[in-house]
Amino acid sequence: MKEILEVKNVGKKYQSKEGEVQALKNVNFRAKKGEFISIIGPSGCGKSTLLSLIAGLEEKTEGEIYIENEKLQGISSKIGYMLQRDCLLEWRTILNNTLIGLEIKGIKTKENIEYVKELLKKYNLYEFIKKYPSELSGGMRQRVALIRTLAVKPKILLLDEAFSALDYQTRIMVTEDIYSILRKENITTIMVTHDISEAISMADRVLVLSKRPGTIKDIHKIDFEMENRTPINCRQSPKFSEYFDTLWKELGVDEK
Amino acid sequence: MKNDGISKERKKYLKKMRTNKILVILTQIFILVGFLTIWEILANLKVIDSFITSQPSRIWNTFINLSSNDLIRHMKVTIYETIVGFSMGTILGVAIAIILWWSKFLAKVSEPFLVVLNSLPKVALGPIIIIWVGSGMPAIIVMAIAISLIVTILEMLNGFLKTDKEIIKMARTFNCNKFQLLTKIIIPANMGTFINSLKVNIGLSLVGVISGEFLVSKAGLGYLIVYGGQVFKLDLVMTSVIILGIVAGVMYGGVLLLEKFIRK
Repeated sequence: MKEILEVKNVGKKYQSKEGEVQALKNVNFRAKKGEFISIIGPSGCGKSTLLSLIAGLEEKTEGEIYIENEKLQGISSKIGYMLQRDCLLEWRTILNNTLIGLEIKGIKTKENIEYVKELLKKYNLYEFIKKYPSELSGGMRQRVALIRTLAVKPKILLLDEAFSALDYQTRIMVTEDIYSILRKENITTIMVTHDISEAISMADRVLVLSKRPGTIKDIHKIDFEMENRTPINCRQSPKFSEYFDTLWKELGVDEK
Repeated sequence: MKNDGISKERKKYLKKMRTNKILVILTQIFILVGFLTIWEILANLKVIDSFITSQPSRIWNTFINLSSNDLIRHMKVTIYETIVGFSMGTILGVAIAIILWWSKFLAKVSEPFLVVLNSLPKVALGPIIIIWVGSGMPAIIVMAIAISLIVTILEMLNGFLKTDKEIIKMARTFNCNKFQLLTKIIIPANMGTFINSLKVNIGLSLVGVISGEFLVSKAGLGYLIVYGGQVFKLDLVMTSVIILGIVAGVMYGGVLLLEKFIRK
């Protein structure tokens, strides 16, 4: 598999009136095409900052990031970003919500609109394209948000606690949906979460960050040896609790 | 809510809602009519002095008589001044708010000035305005603008700055520039704030126009009120006040219509 992302000695210092805060230090990892990486760590360890750096939303203060062997400068067009909330624009219809990325980038061509409509059809949202976000359920809204992100054909998808605003049941269902969409479209994904089970159930590898200044403490390979892996299947596997224990201990020690 | 097969409970509920609405309107009418009737009767019985309080029948007569001579002209002047002041105050206010949103530096610099200007009673500027733009209609319009402008700037800017940070972040991930952020996110997200400022500005620009007319004018409802007060024609004063109320109500209705149109 080809390497699509390389994070090399990345660090981030924040400046403020009160002083300087080193949020991240010496972060190193790589991702292969199609891989799903989860990042967990104690709260305030700079997980979300790391995603912002990879997306180019914030300037890193140390190190380099390469996407498809190109040095990252500014906001990358190869990256899609999903936030905790779906951030749908209430004044736009579902279709126009999914098209906003294309609009902003100035690539709202016939083909691209067709592509988005295909996605909406494929994931059972086509009948709602003329509706407004307030008429949709939380799970559907999050799926619309995913299609909005996929519309611009990103190579890497970043999920920043993307499911944590949903209630538990919806969350399990949405994870299931989105996982299958991402696998079908073969999109490299990096997910930040505070939920260890969620991290294990979706990831090929789990990165554990230390407390501030965040640096990678350990990388765990997750392999359920399954044919048709889905998050729910993983949760039912006996291996799941083993992984959970290992990661829990790893996080727990740090919290003292 | 689906319409197929309305249940008995639903019918009952809808009926209750409707009766409730009718009841509210009837009570409102009753209060208004009752108030006018009592006023009229007390004035007729000389319990209250209609020279000072006027009375509905006399207001009505004034209304009828004045329409044959000059009331319409005075109304037109006031409405014209209000609409011009209202629209210019709103447009300028929104434009300045956009500029201040665009440049954080300018916003920081202007903040103390705006705060002071906002608390300053704009009527105190009356004499200065008259000297600068001359007495007459221009001074009145400037007064109306002065009163609504600062509030509009502050209100709109506040709305712009409070726009959901996550939505802005979402737009930024698509590498959107500042102009796109303004037109695609900030402005549409603040239509509610805009409508609210329109509603507030109706009242404010009327205050500006009337106090301007008190100071300088030779026409308009404000002029009629001052004139009526000076010659103790309370009927005239009351009639003008009531017409002002109607003007404000109609303008408010206009904004509500606009709101309905925008929210569609």
